[in-house]
Amino acid sequence: MSPSSTDTIDATRHARRRRVIDALLLAALRCAAGVSAAVVLVIAWFVAAEAWPGLRDVGVTRLLTDDAWRPTAGRYGMAPMLIGTLAATFGAVLLTAPLGVGSAVFLRFYAPRRVASVYRRVVELLAGVPSVVFGLWGIAVLAPLIATVSPLGQGQSLLAGVLILTMMTLPTVALTTDAAIAAVPADTRRGAAALGLSRRAIAWRVVIPAARAGIVTGVILQTGRALGETMAVLMVCGNIVQTPHSVFDPVRTLTANIALEMGYADDRHRAVLFVSGLVLMLLVAGLVLIAEAIDRRRVHVT
Amino acid sequence: MSHTPTTRTMTPGKPGAMSRAATLDVAAALFAWGCAAIVTAAFAWLLIDVAWRGVGGLSWSFLVDEPSDAGRAGGVGPVVLSTLLILAVCMAVSVPLGLGAAALLAEFTRGDTRFARLVRRSLDVLAGVPSIVFGLFGNAFFCLALGMGYSILSGGLTLACMVLPILIRVTEQGMRDVPDAQRHAAAALGLSRTTTLLRVTLPAAMPALAVGLVLGVGRALAETAALIFTSGYVTRTPASLLDSGRSLSVHIYDLAMNVPGGETHASAAALLLIAVLLAINLLTNWITRRTHPGWH
Repeated sequence: MSPSSTDTIDATRHARRRRVIDALLLAALRCAAGVSAAVVLVIAWFVAAEAWPGLRDVGVTRLLTDDAWRPTAGRYGMAPMLIGTLAATFGAVLLTAPLGVGSAVFLRFYAPRRVASVYRRVVELLAGVPSVVFGLWGIAVLAPLIATVSPLGQGQSLLAGVLILTMMTLPTVALTTDAAIAAVPADTRRGAAALGLSRRAIAWRVVIPAARAGIVTGVILQTGRALGETMAVLMVCGNIVQTPHSVFDPVRTLTANIALEMGYADDRHRAVLFVSGLVLMLLVAGLVLIAEAIDRRRVHVT
Repeated sequence: MSHTPTTRTMTPGKPGAMSRAATLDVAAALFAWGCAAIVTAAFAWLLIDVAWRGVGGLSWSFLVDEPSDAGRAGGVGPVVLSTLLILAVCMAVSVPLGLGAAALLAEFTRGDTRFARLVRRSLDVLAGVPSIVFGLFGNAFFCLALGMGYSILSGGLTLACMVLPILIRVTEQGMRDVPDAQRHAAAALGLSRTTTLLRVTLPAAMPALAVGLVLGVGRALAETAALIFTSGYVTRTPASLLDSGRSLSVHIYDLAMNVPGGETHASAAALLLIAVLLAINLLTNWITRRTHPGWH
């Protein structure tokens, strides 16, 4: 056999081995991606399976209409906690949206360069503070402060929850708005400036409307985060199961309820807690999908 | 003249219109500065307050001693150990998975295949799942269905599910940022795709991988709700991964909520946690600044 033909054989053998290795690698990567994608389905499946006895034996109607939450006595009225969750979330979003957008406008339109870079770092750091630390601060500082103005004389309340959730969601709304503003074409801004518009008009009449999709997406995703937040809310809301009539009333959210009762719940009680987990998961998944639909680009949850 | 109305509002001849615009301008500026002031003040208040309350409790013996009197006295030694073990389990599982998924999304699914879209959408939803739901799932799946009980292993695996999305997203972006010219050069040299990935793309994307890793660690360290019902409450020094162990964040929660008089030690533990997270944040920033000078 001539040397050149061994070379060819070697080369083909080499090429074949390379193809096999590439195919193996691709299979391994597909597995990794498949498993990663399947996690959320496994979670949904297990939470739903554990919740099923609750849905079957108690039913949605009773969960919403039972007159009290006494799971050990067979009364499963969750409506007050659902209202508590929604009230805390709604309040937080109401505060966080203007403050977050305002922060981003400050960053992009008003702050001198130095100040902007420092402020951006502050916001990034604030975004990384663990919820349990917010809770700790809420108990130690915020609640006593609210207690001094509350007609009920106690600070752990819906208001405390709203304020803590605002602090927790604000940094990310500010950062996503900042990113959305950065994504507005520079020409839009230049055009507005060339028209002689004031800084306010450029910011609020031109750039913010152009960045609307990104901003709304950020706010929706943070709404989901507020809905699902547990520790801080658990620590500052007072955890009394009741429908709040004022912001000073203590409330218990669905998440706090799970954290408080999972430790000793069994049978139907446990299943009902999983039902509330399932509800939270579906609400948040719905919000994520809505956000995706609004913002066709990839969604970034932080 | 046809455009007199427009010019008129811009000339100082109409003081009414002009002053209204000026007032609005001032109000808008005040609003922007006000937002920034509120956020900065809140942040400073929180940090200074926790530091102030906690700094007295921090010491070397606090870091290594066993907690006593339900955490009111002693230290957080075993808690720190449990935290590190939970973190190790979490990363050992999530990093290979995340890296693989990211490599597939960035390197092998150019354009949008249905599979890639499905994976991305699942990860987006996963990223939004509330942490307490991860806790429910971990309890039902790892603790009960797989029989691991309340253990560091259960907690770590639950957290692994939780940090996957952020890990994958950052890593994928990092790989996408590697210029195609490098891949073309590798292909021209006759390198296989495996070699290209391992020897060209991964090393080039290393800073992004580091950032993803560090962000994942930060997320895992900050987590509480997912751990209470998976890795549990026990403060003893864990003898194996199948022992229950309390993470630092759970320790803070327990001291603040369930232990009257535990506040000083809760603040000290919180200060420790914040210090570690701050260090992580600075590290991330340093890495991105070094590799992407234009980003800041």
